[in-house]
Amino acid sequence: MEAIILQILNGLDKGSAYALIALGLTLIFGTLGVVNFAHGALFMIGAFCAVTLSRILTLSREVIDESKTDFLGNPLKVDVPLVYDYFGEATGAAIINWSVPLAILFAIPIMMLIGVVMERGLIKHFYKRPHADQILVTFGLAIVLQEIIKYFYGANPIPTPAPDAFQGSFDFGAMLGFDPNLIIYPYWRIIYFTFAMFLVGAVFAFLQFTTFGMVVRAGMADRETVGLLGINIDKRFTIMFGLAAAVAGLAGVMYTPINSPNYHMGMDFLVISFVVVVVGGMGSLPGAVLAGFVLGILESFASMREVLEILPGLNQIIIYLVAIIILLTLPRGLMGKKGVMED
Amino acid sequence: MSKTDLTRRGLIKTGTIAGAGLALPTIFTAQSAAAHTNEPTGSTVTLGFNVPQSGPYADEGADELRAYELAVEHLNGGGDGGMMNTFSSKALQGNGILGKKVEYVTGDTQTKSDAARASAKSMIEKDGAVMITGGSSSGVAVAVQALCQEAGIIFMAGLTHSNDTTGKDRKANGFRHFFNSYMSGAALAPVLANAYGTDRKAYHLTADYNWGYTTEEAVKSSTEAMGWETVAAVKTPLTQTDFSSYIAPVLQSGADTLVLNHYGGNMVNSLTNAVQFGLRDKQVNGKDFQIIVPLYSRLMAKGAGANVKGIFGSTNWHWSLQDEGSKAFVKSFGTKYGFPPSQAAHTTYVQCMLYADAVERAGSFNPCAVGEALAGFEFDGMGNGPTLYRADDHQCFKDVLVVKGKENPDSEFDLLEIVEVTPVEQVTYSPDHPQMGGAEATLGTCNPGA
Repeated sequence: MEAIILQILNGLDKGSAYALIALGLTLIFGTLGVVNFAHGALFMIGAFCAVTLSRILTLSREVIDESKTDFLGNPLKVDVPLVYDYFGEATGAAIINWSVPLAILFAIPIMMLIGVVMERGLIKHFYKRPHADQILVTFGLAIVLQEIIKYFYGANPIPTPAPDAFQGSFDFGAMLGFDPNLIIYPYWRIIYFTFAMFLVGAVFAFLQFTTFGMVVRAGMADRETVGLLGINIDKRFTIMFGLAAAVAGLAGVMYTPINSPNYHMGMDFLVISFVVVVVGGMGSLPGAVLAGFVLGILESFASMREVLEILPGLNQIIIYLVAIIILLTLPRGLMGKKGVMED
Repeated sequence: MSKTDLTRRGLIKTGTIAGAGLALPTIFTAQSAAAHTNEPTGSTVTLGFNVPQSGPYADEGADELRAYELAVEHLNGGGDGGMMNTFSSKALQGNGILGKKVEYVTGDTQTKSDAARASAKSMIEKDGAVMITGGSSSGVAVAVQALCQEAGIIFMAGLTHSNDTTGKDRKANGFRHFFNSYMSGAALAPVLANAYGTDRKAYHLTADYNWGYTTEEAVKSSTEAMGWETVAAVKTPLTQTDFSSYIAPVLQSGADTLVLNHYGGNMVNSLTNAVQFGLRDKQVNGKDFQIIVPLYSRLMAKGAGANVKGIFGSTNWHWSLQDEGSKAFVKSFGTKYGFPPSQAAHTTYVQCMLYADAVERAGSFNPCAVGEALAGFEFDGMGNGPTLYRADDHQCFKDVLVVKGKENPDSEFDLLEIVEVTPVEQVTYSPDHPQMGGAEATLGTCNPGA
């Protein structure tokens, strides 16, 4: 029983990342009709926003410490972060410590800007082209973005820890009456899941309860009619692209303490996120979120030792296996709408 | 009056025989001139550096390339000479190799076996490389080693830790300076017993590929030999990035020690996840929970940040060593590049020097002659103490470093501290050891190619 609860918990944070990326993908597909293979790269760039902010906050001046020597035997140069000079050591250290949550504010404008530039600069030229062209160009873009990040930040993962206040894990087992240590779950992952839920809720509320959202939804249903009513739907769709980029970026920012970011983390998520979109149903926002969590949890179950002993290798194929079964039984995915990509 | 019997037919006959006779020695000379693949005939010799320049191990590859450039500079008489000054063999003169200026070409292994073979092949066939060296993966090392064996080229392996490279997949044309999984297990076990006792329950997470298997086997057998119990060993996909679903059940299994047979990005992520789950703050079976990383790389440990603190592992070499060879190398490398070399840089620099030295001693670039000069070669002054290139399997035998993540690092390079230098006798095994492919594993015969 405790093993099952544990794997459900484990599936939640993975599912959160899948759901957030798939949500952005579906938004872009639903509004612009573009299959965006660069979406994983946006997740990765979001993570590197956190890395960049932490680098900015730790910009330092060198102080020579005569009592110690460096690897060549010269007096050791110690870096003193400039924030220590501005805010004092205690406050400065706290600011550096909280760099990941602070990066949320830093990432939103950057990601929106990147999204808008991407859409206006490249993707808009591919609206009327076949999906295969869109896939090729966005996939190429993803590789270019990935190599740019590698050029500036190197190939190795970069540690970006959570604030000290969120280190360690919460003992769910003790809370539910099991033996201690049986069901533990890191605090940061609880935060990640909560944050993802909040973000998903915010996107749905935005689309459901604002005039802007209403127009976008109308545009998703019938672009031509909305255009004929004198509404500049293209401009709104561009903003939606920026918004989807920001959602992916924030998913990336908050993911950095879970796994140290590196330049190809986007690709690791991209393929699975596409499966999530297809399983959830093309164009269905709730479907994307639901499928994200379902597949995340199933993947966790498939990695259990007890399962692997019976079916070795299941952990590697489970997502695709489930996708095949769902698409065979429900060809439009879990919550797919009629008419999407069926013309 | 004289009579000549010279006829047209006779002339052709005699001419052909004489021509053939005259040509005979040149055929032999020509044959001996191309006695082996890519024999250097001009005033230069080309070496092929096959390292990951793209992909996840690109940073490690970049450090290997820096070391090779330094080695070439030293071989050609430039710089301060680095470890050439401390090397026990004095055959190298700083005038290239056998008087030929050393040049090099590079290839990108991408840490993929097929790409690595293709780049090695191109360096051999198009650029005329007489030796191939480098790499940061055992899969790549085994693949390229087999290619070099077929092509008649010497392969000086880079960073490869799987037993198989000089175990079941050993080749006459291939040589490894880096240590291996068996040595890591043998060196770590006594230190672990000392630190954590002989009554421990270990849970292994193992990267699902060749290196993972040999490391798991080595650490398992050496820790079990001193009384530890292995509760479970779970394979994790090489592409895995989030290890939470593998780490969460560890505590439920009753294990009190987690062994991460992971390298590179896998190691960084699994260790980060394990620390996140608070495993190291837990008490199981009345003991503090412990994590072990059998193969440490400083470059990669950097990615795991503070999570490596206090965690045991092993490494081939570390810049903080205080022997003359290490000091000379760190000074030379550090002055040129501004930071200390990694273990990957060290092993590749040493391999390049050892090859050059063997050619000088053999007086020939012929792979068979070079192989003979390397096999059974004993040397010192290259940073690992007295070392033997064992003739039976072309594996270097030297002391092994057991290290621990440093609690209070002074700088970003100061991540590991040396806990023990395990003497070579303790990590030596017989060439037909079961973990090394048993009695069937043989080098085969050396192939000089062309």
